[in-house]
Amino acid sequence: MATINVEKSHTGGAADAHAHGAHDHQQSFITKYIFSTDHKMIGKQYLISGIFWALIGGFLSILFRLQLGFPGMDMTFLKPLLGDWITTSGTLDPEFYLALVTMHGTIMVFFVLTAGLSGTFSNFLIPLQIGARDMASGFMNMLSYWFFFVASVIMFYSLFIETGPAAGGWVVYPPLSALPEAISGSHLGMTLWLISMTLFIASQLLGGINYIATVINLRTRGMSFAKMPLTVWAFFLTAVLGLLAFPVLFAAALLLVFDRSFGTSFYLADIYIAGEALPHVGGSPLLYQHLFWFLGHPEVYIVILPSFGIVSEVMATNARKPIFGYRAMIGSLLGISVLSFVVWAHHMFVSGMDPFLGSVFMFLTLIIAVPSAVKVFNYLTTLWRGNIIFTPAMLYSIGFVSLFISGGLTGIFLGNAAIDVQLHDTYFVVAHFHLVMGSAAFFGMMAGIYHWFPKMFGRMMDNKLGYFHFWATFIGVYMVFFPMHYIGIAGFPRRYYSFTNFDAFSGFTDLNMFVSIAAIVTFTAQLVFIFNFFYSMYLGRKAPANPWNSNTLEWTTPVEPGHGNWPGEIPTVYRWPYDYSKPGAKEDYIPQNIPYAMTPESNLPHETAMIDMEKDDDAVVVDREGKH
Amino acid sequence: MNTQNINIVQAEQPQLPLSMSPKKFILWLFIVSIVMLFAAWTSAYIVAQAEGVGVPIELPSLFGYTSILLILSSISMHLAYRAAKRDQLNLLRIFSTITFILGVGFLAGQLLGFEQLVASNVYFVGGTAIDSFTFVLPFMHGVHIVAGLVFLLIVLVQSFRYKVHSKSMLSIELCATFWHFLDGLWLYLFLFLTFN
Repeated sequence: MATINVEKSHTGGAADAHAHGAHDHQQSFITKYIFSTDHKMIGKQYLISGIFWALIGGFLSILFRLQLGFPGMDMTFLKPLLGDWITTSGTLDPEFYLALVTMHGTIMVFFVLTAGLSGTFSNFLIPLQIGARDMASGFMNMLSYWFFFVASVIMFYSLFIETGPAAGGWVVYPPLSALPEAISGSHLGMTLWLISMTLFIASQLLGGINYIATVINLRTRGMSFAKMPLTVWAFFLTAVLGLLAFPVLFAAALLLVFDRSFGTSFYLADIYIAGEALPHVGGSPLLYQHLFWFLGHPEVYIVILPSFGIVSEVMATNARKPIFGYRAMIGSLLGISVLSFVVWAHHMFVSGMDPFLGSVFMFLTLIIAVPSAVKVFNYLTTLWRGNIIFTPAMLYSIGFVSLFISGGLTGIFLGNAAIDVQLHDTYFVVAHFHLVMGSAAFFGMMAGIYHWFPKMFGRMMDNKLGYFHFWATFIGVYMVFFPMHYIGIAGFPRRYYSFTNFDAFSGFTDLNMFVSIAAIVTFTAQLVFIFNFFYSMYLGRKAPANPWNSNTLEWTTPVEPGHGNWPGEIPTVYRWPYDYSKPGAKEDYIPQNIPYAMTPESNLPHETAMIDMEKDDDAVVVDREGKH
Repeated sequence: MNTQNINIVQAEQPQLPLSMSPKKFILWLFIVSIVMLFAAWTSAYIVAQAEGVGVPIELPSLFGYTSILLILSSISMHLAYRAAKRDQLNLLRIFSTITFILGVGFLAGQLLGFEQLVASNVYFVGGTAIDSFTFVLPFMHGVHIVAGLVFLLIVLVQSFRYKVHSKSMLSIELCATFWHFLDGLWLYLFLFLTFN
């Protein structure tokens, strides 16, 4: 970034393009693809890592779904991969089952839907959409990725150690996670989990601080907060949530490290193992739950907010209509962000917490339904009477809204402290958050990949494969998670290795089998996406500059933007990003960098009045260039 | 990246929405995350205290003296900053060095304070959560002080290389902001531990 700006100040606009070209050629393989400080490359690094982790996380879920769908099934064929985790009788080791569940959760929540989603799209889109050459600090951005990479290596390594990876659930509640005697996963596996997560938190903070500073400081001329695309708003608020929530997870994790490795008593009290009292006195496991969920609840919004942003953008573009209620969308994002910090104890209704406190948190939780519903209605009204173009990205956006509604409704049940007594820790909860957080965020991510792939790699993805991928995933996800509601209402607890040992739970084996088969089919369908992704990266159709006729600034760059994004001047922004199908306009879209002076046929009266102000802007530009 | 480049960035984007330099803004965001970290620990402390086990702890008398050291170091930091602003480079070096020495003295005092705690039978391991917190809070603050000292050392070296002066204030500005923050953070922790 530094060099580019220096070059620019010496050479001016036109020669600058040449300077960029020379600059790119000088980059070695290592500085371009590995230790890159270019936000676009870092975004792609996050994307590839996220896809890698999604495959691992998905595969782990298939393993435990096999046990749930076909209890006690002979898995000897997996012995080459899992070794001693397949017992001598050929079944899956029960403790390893818990490890699988734990690692599936950890990987999906943190490594795929946090790093893979906001890491990819915040990095890639923020500078391009606000008109900046790069992030506020390219170096910190690189550091952020490499912290994440080391965290990934450690987490991946922990899958293969002898005592197995962490197995106390992705929430790693003590005392289960604090005492190695409790479960074999609480030995080295848990230690590696904590080290990996510490690095992950550092990575997210470095990244998030950078996103916030970039959005606040580096917007181009005219890009006021009221003209910012909703994607950038969403990424911005996601970063704010991360900045406030992740340090708290670090605080909780550090105390857990002290309890595990040094013998302090923050979370542990009066525990007897084999008749012997442990030396820990006076700690409180509830303390950990409070600290954890103070991160944990904003975390689910860290996962879903970027998808909100991506879907808003993709939906407005492909419905060829302005987003309905732009300011309401921002307001609801803000509302959700604020509320996300005051609802954490709804995860703890049955933890023995004061019931009065429970009713306060219930009230606050139910309020979140209001901004969420505002968003859903705005999506639906954006679609209403639009000239909808069903690109794969658009289908994924519509799928997102569908999943968000189905999953969100059950949230209203679960937010009730009384109903939660019955539903807590059952498959109903699993169904709820897999729809509203897991699948919905995944659909947002897919919408983003299909939509911005041309900008990332300069080529188009194959549409037919995209349609197949969408329908297989959309139907598959409902097949997997809808039956789980019934299993949950019937009282099946989550994280159980086997239900067939209990008469009360042996009734739903066929439904569980159905879910498992659906999960395997859906997971296999993702391979189509993997093929489409990598095939199109090299052999896809060449992308035009603005394949979706979109308004935002990233489509004003060259098809494959170099380091610095725009070869010449950074475009100035004159209008909001949602001028689609404006009455009177020649085309059905007007990009943000087109001044009102150039569109007299479609201007509204107050916009015509703004033409004079635009001239002042130009005067400023000329003046500034004179100074160079 | 030095300040010169930052100025160019600003020149290129005339309507900069915030007149603060991005680096400075990044520092403030770091400070926010540190605040959240200690907010989590001190609220955990209050929760642990409400559980009501253990007897109140007498803070080591040394913590009072180290607090004074840290306040003095903040004053000398400010004097160094003022000297840089007025291009009094010798004063700048003297006051930066004093700040650094006071900072090291503070850390040493904290360690001795831990020894005082141990002498009065308060241990990091083996006691209640409150006992452990009495070590964790000053220790984690100390870790940040080490980071502050590294930053201070960088500015000190820069000042000997004539890189800190009235036209090049960013590094010392950032360093001073961070140092004053750490000072305030310690005072908060000190009062928190004293009155809880």
